[in-house]
Amino acid sequence: MVSVQKDADATLTRHRSGGEPVLEVEDLKMYFPVKSSGLVRRTVGHVQAVDGVSFQVPAGGALGLVGESGCGKSTTGRLITRLHDPTSGAIRFEGTDLAKLSPRQMKPMRRDVQMIFQDPFSSLNPRHTVGAIVSSPLVTHDMVPKNKVLSRVQELLEVVGLNPEHYNRYPNEFSGGQRQRIGIARALALQPKLLVADEPVSALDVSIQAQVVNLLDDLQKEFGIAFLFIAHDLAVVRHFCPEVAVMYLGKIVEIADRETLYNRPHHPYTQALLSAVPDVRQAAVGGRRERIRIEGDVPSPINPPSGCRFRTRCPLAKEICARVEPPLMQIGRRHKVACHFPGELGKHPEEPVTARLLGVDDQGSPDPGGSPTDLGNPPGFADTWFDLDKRQMAGATSRSTTQDAG
Amino acid sequence: MSTDTGVTTGAAGAAAAGERLLEVEHLTVKFPTADGLVNAVTDLSYGVARGKTLGIVGESGSGKSVSSMAVLGLHDPRRTRIEGSIRVDGQEVIGLSEAKLRRIRGNSAAMIFQDALASLHPFYRVGKQLSEAYAAHHPKASARDARRKAIEMLDLVGIPQPDRRVDDFPHQFSGGMRQRAMIAMGLINDPSLLIADEPTTALDVTVQAQILDLLGDLQREFDSAIIIITHDLGVIAEMADEVLVMYAGRAVEYGATRELLTHPEMPYTWGLLSSVPDVSGDVDARLLPIPGNPPSLLDPPSGCSFHPRCVHRDKVPGDLCTTTIPDLSPGGRGPGHLKRCHLADPERIYATEILPEIAPDLADGAPAAPAAAPTNKEA
Amino acid sequence: MGPPPPPRPTVGKFAFIVKRLLAGLLVLSTLVVSIFLLFWYGPRSPVQGLCEQRTNNRCTADFRAQLEENFGYNNPMLSELGKYVAGIFTGRDIQLGANTFVECSAPCLGLSYRTFVPAFDELVRRLPATISLAVGAAVIILLVGVTSGVLAARRRGTVADKALVSATLLMSSIPYVLFALLVYLYLNVINEVFPEAGYTPLTENPVAWLSGLLLPWLALGFYNSTQYTRFSRGAMIDALSEDYIRTARAKGLSSRTVTFKHGLRSALVPIVTIFGIDFAFLLAGTIFTEIIFGINGIGRWGLEAIQIEDFPVVQTTVLFGAIVVIVANIVVDILYGVLDPRVRIS
Repeated sequence: MVSVQKDADATLTRHRSGGEPVLEVEDLKMYFPVKSSGLVRRTVGHVQAVDGVSFQVPAGGALGLVGESGCGKSTTGRLITRLHDPTSGAIRFEGTDLAKLSPRQMKPMRRDVQMIFQDPFSSLNPRHTVGAIVSSPLVTHDMVPKNKVLSRVQELLEVVGLNPEHYNRYPNEFSGGQRQRIGIARALALQPKLLVADEPVSALDVSIQAQVVNLLDDLQKEFGIAFLFIAHDLAVVRHFCPEVAVMYLGKIVEIADRETLYNRPHHPYTQALLSAVPDVRQAAVGGRRERIRIEGDVPSPINPPSGCRFRTRCPLAKEICARVEPPLMQIGRRHKVACHFPGELGKHPEEPVTARLLGVDDQGSPDPGGSPTDLGNPPGFADTWFDLDKRQMAGATSRSTTQDAG
Repeated sequence: MSTDTGVTTGAAGAAAAGERLLEVEHLTVKFPTADGLVNAVTDLSYGVARGKTLGIVGESGSGKSVSSMAVLGLHDPRRTRIEGSIRVDGQEVIGLSEAKLRRIRGNSAAMIFQDALASLHPFYRVGKQLSEAYAAHHPKASARDARRKAIEMLDLVGIPQPDRRVDDFPHQFSGGMRQRAMIAMGLINDPSLLIADEPTTALDVTVQAQILDLLGDLQREFDSAIIIITHDLGVIAEMADEVLVMYAGRAVEYGATRELLTHPEMPYTWGLLSSVPDVSGDVDARLLPIPGNPPSLLDPPSGCSFHPRCVHRDKVPGDLCTTTIPDLSPGGRGPGHLKRCHLADPERIYATEILPEIAPDLADGAPAAPAAAPTNKEA
Repeated sequence: MGPPPPPRPTVGKFAFIVKRLLAGLLVLSTLVVSIFLLFWYGPRSPVQGLCEQRTNNRCTADFRAQLEENFGYNNPMLSELGKYVAGIFTGRDIQLGANTFVECSAPCLGLSYRTFVPAFDELVRRLPATISLAVGAAVIILLVGVTSGVLAARRRGTVADKALVSATLLMSSIPYVLFALLVYLYLNVINEVFPEAGYTPLTENPVAWLSGLLLPWLALGFYNSTQYTRFSRGAMIDALSEDYIRTARAKGLSSRTVTFKHGLRSALVPIVTIFGIDFAFLLAGTIFTEIIFGINGIGRWGLEAIQIEDFPVVQTTVLFGAIVVIVANIVVDILYGVLDPRVRIS
């Protein structure tokens, strides 16, 4: 227990040293309209691709966004780079709300917020030389004088580990890993403060993945770039990001520092996700690792389940889960979870811990005597949180000076 | 080339050689192209016994898919040069007529592919495609029988309401269900050998877990031999009894899974292990990628094909690595574990240089202790 | 328990067709008006051709003025357009001379300036010839083109394949007029290999119908099949390289089943799309074939009408061509949904 505490403290100081958040996303929503067929195409529903997501990315830090296909992680990334216009919510980058900017106002911001794409084959124009690809942002944004462009391009190619003399070649002359490096060089050209990396390594061969991950590691350390790292590979995210958010059907179900999230996950989905990853170390034991089996597939985001969206596949689901949506509740210094029965594996509570906060009884019916508390959906972490063991609010200060809790 | 056709090849890995359902010996596959001859597979030998699973690991271009396609004779003979021997249940496949090959395909040996959406015909109903596979090997079966069999198989692989979903088109299935349907199609004629080529690569982890569980359950039920082709060592560790690691068209390491993954002896295998972060490993450990890129199969490197990317090359005296292809031969750990490497003492290098980097928690204590099992092992 | 089935797109086939028909109607109205305007405000008097024809090329200004008066060109343009459009739906009597009226029943598209017969009646009279020619040629195009394309795709890279592709390219590089003329010249005039080309109604004499159309069918069919050879070959090669073809082979299906049931089934989709439009153009009139082989069809009729500035006939052939193309497009889109269940028009 002591060591765990120490870990958490270490994480905290690391975050503090990372400083103020460079990116703050609050209650971000993206609903894509679903059109009817027929003579007049009415909007008959919405794909709730992203539904009220809040998080922070510290300057020079990294937040991982994991989840399965259709969970909205890529859409979130595209919203932050404004490849889509959000339905509602705020995307505050160094205090400026990107969500409210017009495309023209957005242009100068694009210098600071860049994106790396998954597919190194389709994201580079095959008819342009590498030099043209990497220099185009430099020229568009007037970053360097014309006669310095080539030397800057060569410098960038060298930074990402490519031969600077190859600026005249075309993308098809490079391997997948090298193309991903070209994409990274292009993103770096503008010296961004935030890089949104959408599955940057998943299209690459295993041995090449590590090269690219290490490159991103080095770039972050050298240039202090903050990362929003979107991936389905839990191990890669764990390696890269001190803080990780798990998404399911458009919502964040758990967000925490990585030690907590990977070692003591409290949401049954996070637990299932982690236990589903095949582990090389299992070779020493043989056979399949014991795991939480969750059945079926992710439901359609057009018509998500009522209440908790994970309940249709959740081994713990009870009546309350269908009736009331669990709020994303802070349960630790840097740990939030959206579950009525949060707990470490095998230690989930029998009674919903959220009932009193939500003003409902244990079955989720409105409790006449209850007084619902509005938890809101703030991007960061508060100094006080709901202590699961004590069933009451606790705070960072309460441990050292025990009396002044609450 | 004659250097490595030595004594060692046939008797690889398995204890019970000779009894094996699939026996591949000295398989060489070349594709003549406009740019020259592509050496896709070179002198490859392996086997699988009934009820056992062989995992074949390698990156793109390693020849792992090419070699298994050859088992079903799926290469166009006009565009392929194949040598060696492939015996499925005693029957030699190489040189077999198309008509006889057809009797093996989908019948005694079946194959399922990575991308189930692309691998199912978009214009035919799922049930139709399943019953077609059944009818192909049961010419006397009526259309109704074939359909009943299709529904039965869909039910077996866990598709809800199979009698209704049998009439769906593939695009109406979810990714996981499509892969289940592929498996159902592969197993419909009760094959003794099932080759699964990256069966879960395109799937989400929770669905991947379901599919892998399903494959395991079905294997126990049908006692079939399974070859699972993947780049994911985690999948291999949990599914395979034996592992074959391929690089540039050759087997570079071959042995029982537990043995090979706990005491790997070939630097390429080390590279694979160290370039993938572990869900329970040390977060500050740096990944040790394999430098460079996989070699061209048109013009493979001289000597050991891995030598241009091998960081342990300097530990081999002289220029052996660049001039001579090492034999696939037993290392220091007995005849069941073959490796293609000139390193004299790989075990020591692994224990002192590799393991501390990739799994410091395992390095000091007993090497193969199952104590390394993941923290979240309950439930 | 399991996941809900994915939402199926509602099949709005009816709404789809209505929508397409409305769009087609818009195209047709635009065409009617623009051709009307073209003749009305063109550089020459709209009755110049008629005048020349009636006076053996000695058209006088007085006679022309009289014709303009008779044909209503001195009335306001809009009222004439209104009469024309109304005539399409209700029919009308058209004044020719002082006391001469010709009854033109609905759908009235005006009278031919040459014959003074309602243009629609003339169209209907020529339709069987054009349809016979188009259908026969289409059968040859599809049979020869698609079959040779599929065979070439199965043997791609072989000498036979390369020879076939080269031959079709060679054929396509000959202008069709030249090709058809040579065919006519060598197979009908110099060597009477084929019976005299021409059109006899099927109902009148089926044997004559067949024998007269045989050569034009072959000329039109073979020439146009070459592009289908190459197109089907390409579509087939694409289809055969799909993953599901590998699956079909891995199931142990015979190579014929794999090629035709799995490969050709997919390759048909692009072929049908192209063919639908091509067939519409065949129906709208094959000018050269009809002229060279002496078949009195719509293409030849339209060309002659342009030469003598027979405005109502030009208008009629253009409208007919447009309707055929519009209908073909709709049919292709519906077929597309039938062939590819993923589309199932929505």
